[in-house]
Amino acid sequence: MTVAAVFKEQHSTHAVAIVVFVVLFLLVTVLGFVAARWRRADLAGLNEWGLAGRRFGSVVTWFLLGGDLYTAYTFIAVPALVFGAGAVGFFALPYTVILYPFVFLVMPRLWQVCHRRGYVTPADFVRGRYRSRSLALVVALTGLLATMPYIALQLVGIQVVLNAMGINGDWPLVIAFAILAAYTYQSGLRAPALIALVKDTLIYVTILVAVIYIPWKLGGFGNIFDAAAKALPGKKTPTGAPGAFLPGKEAAKQAYATLALGSALALFLYPHAITGVLSSKSADVIRRNSVLLPAYTFLLGLIALLGYMAIAAGVSTKNPNFAVPDLFIHYFPSWFEGFAFAAIAIGALVPAAVMSIAAANLFSRNVWKDYVRPHADDREEARVARIASLVVKVGALLFVIVLPTKYAIDLQLLGGVWILQTLPAIIVGLFTRWFHRLALIAGWAAGMALGTWMAADQDLKSSVYALNWAGIHFTAYEAVFALALNLIVTVVLTALLRAVGLRDAADDTRADDYYELRHEPARHREPELAH
Amino acid sequence: MCRSMRDPGRHGHSRIWYVLLAAPFVALLWVPFYTRTSPKLFDIPFFYWYQFAWVPATALIVWLVYLATRPPETRP
Repeated sequence: MTVAAVFKEQHSTHAVAIVVFVVLFLLVTVLGFVAARWRRADLAGLNEWGLAGRRFGSVVTWFLLGGDLYTAYTFIAVPALVFGAGAVGFFALPYTVILYPFVFLVMPRLWQVCHRRGYVTPADFVRGRYRSRSLALVVALTGLLATMPYIALQLVGIQVVLNAMGINGDWPLVIAFAILAAYTYQSGLRAPALIALVKDTLIYVTILVAVIYIPWKLGGFGNIFDAAAKALPGKKTPTGAPGAFLPGKEAAKQAYATLALGSALALFLYPHAITGVLSSKSADVIRRNSVLLPAYTFLLGLIALLGYMAIAAGVSTKNPNFAVPDLFIHYFPSWFEGFAFAAIAIGALVPAAVMSIAAANLFSRNVWKDYVRPHADDREEARVARIASLVVKVGALLFVIVLPTKYAIDLQLLGGVWILQTLPAIIVGLFTRWFHRLALIAGWAAGMALGTWMAADQDLKSSVYALNWAGIHFTAYEAVFALALNLIVTVVLTALLRAVGLRDAADDTRADDYYELRHEPARHREPELAH
Repeated sequence: MCRSMRDPGRHGHSRIWYVLLAAPFVALLWVPFYTRTSPKLFDIPFFYWYQFAWVPATALIVWLVYLATRPPETRP
C-alpha cells in the first residue's frame, strides 16, 4: 500500500482519537472553571482577574510563560515552514535562544517598576514614564493590533487538528472558543495558568514520544536529514523560491539572522508576554525563569525537526500545516493521535486565553479608563476587561474566517513587525528617559508605515524584504528595517526638539523604582494602584 | 543612563558579568559561521546540532550570570 493510501484510509477512522481528544478537552474545561477558586481572592479587581494577584512563583510562572510563548504556532507553523521551505524555519531556534539573555537583562526591571507603581499593562508604564496618555494609547493600540492575528493563529492551530481528525466546518471552533471565553471571563489569568500545567505535560510527552519513535521507524536521524537535503531543492516556497537545506546565499543568511533577532526583541513586547511576567511574585522569579525556560526552546527545536521527519516519511500535502498532523496520524495509534492533537489544541487555548486577557487589560486601563471613564474604579476596570476579553475573541474568530490561513506563521510575523515598533518607548524607556515623547510617537508612526508597506508590497507572502536602495543591498526581516527607521527618527527628532529648547522630562517613576531595594521584603506587597 | 547602571557596587557585584550574555548573540547571529554540514554529530549536520548545542549553553551562561549578580536578599 502506498503512503498516500495509508493516509487516506487512516483519515476515515478517527473515532478513538476523537473520544480521547474530547475527554482531555473536557478535563481542561473543568480546570478552567475550578481555577476561579485557586488561591482564592476577590476576582472583581483587575489586579486579581488580570494578573492573578501577582503571586505566581517560579514553577507556575515557568508553566504559564512556557505555555503562553510556545503556542500552536510552535506545533503547526514551525514544522510546516521547515517541511515546506527547509532551513529558514529553524530560525525559531536561535530566536528563542537569544531571547533569554535579553529577558534576563530587561524584564526584571519592567517587573520592578510595574510592581512598585501598580502598573498592569506595558502602556501603563509608558504613560507613567513619559506622563503621556497619547503615547500610552499608541502603545496600547499597537498591542491590540498585534495580538489579534496572534490569537487568530491559535484558532488556526485548533482548526488544523480538528480537520486532521476529519472534523470540518466552523462550528467546532466556535464551540471551543465559546468554552474558552466562558472560563476566561469567570477565572481570569488563573485559568490559563492552571491549564498550562496540563498542556505542557501533554506536549512534552507527545514530542518526546514522537522524536524517539518516529526516527526509529525512519532508520535514524541520518536518513531523515539525507531525505530532507534531497527533497528540499524541489519544493516551492510561497515566494516561488526553492526550499533549502542550509541558508546558502548571502541574502538567506541575512534573512535568517534578522528574523531571529527581530523576533527575539519583539516577543516580550507582546501584551500577553508582559502579562505573564507581571503575574509573577518577584523580579527574581523572572531571572530564574530566563535560565529554565530554554527547556521549551529545546523542545521547539525537536518540533521543528518533525518537519524533516514528515519529508522523510513521504508525507505529501498541499497545505504544509498538515505535515505534522499527517505524520502523527501515520505513525501513532488512534488513541495517541487523540492525545497528541489534544496537546496541540489545548496548547492553543492557553496562549489564546492569556492574549485575550492581556488585550482586555490594555483596553480597560489605557482606552476605557484613560479616555472614556477617568473615574472608573477597580471593579469597573475588571468588569470592562472581562467584556473586552469576549469582544477580542469574537474579533479573532472573524480574523480567521476572513483571512487566508495558509502559512499561518506570516500572520504572527506581521504582528511582530508592528509590536517591535513599541521597543523604543518600552525597552529603551526602562533604561533612559532621554527620548522625547513626541519623537517616540513620530518614530513609531514611521516604523509602522515602513514595515506595513514592505509587507504589503509583497502581498504579505514574505516577512523578509530585499532592500536595494542608495547602494545598499541588504535582505532582512521587515520588522528590523522598520525598527531601524523608527530609532533613527526618534533619536534625530529628540535631538532636534532638545536643540530648540523643547525639553520633555515629566516622569512619574523614580530611579529607585527600577531595582530591588536592599530592605524590600522578598514577599509580595500589595501594589499601590495608581489612580 | 539611570543611577543603577552607574552603581556597580550596589549589590556588591561587578557588572562585567553581563558581557557574557553577548556570547549567544554573536554565536547565533553570525550565520556564515555555521551554515555547513560538517562536522556531523550522530549523523546530524553541523548547522543543526550547533544551534541545538547553544540551547543548554545559553541556559548555563544565564545561570552563571544570575549567580554572580543576584541581589543579596535573594541569596539563601
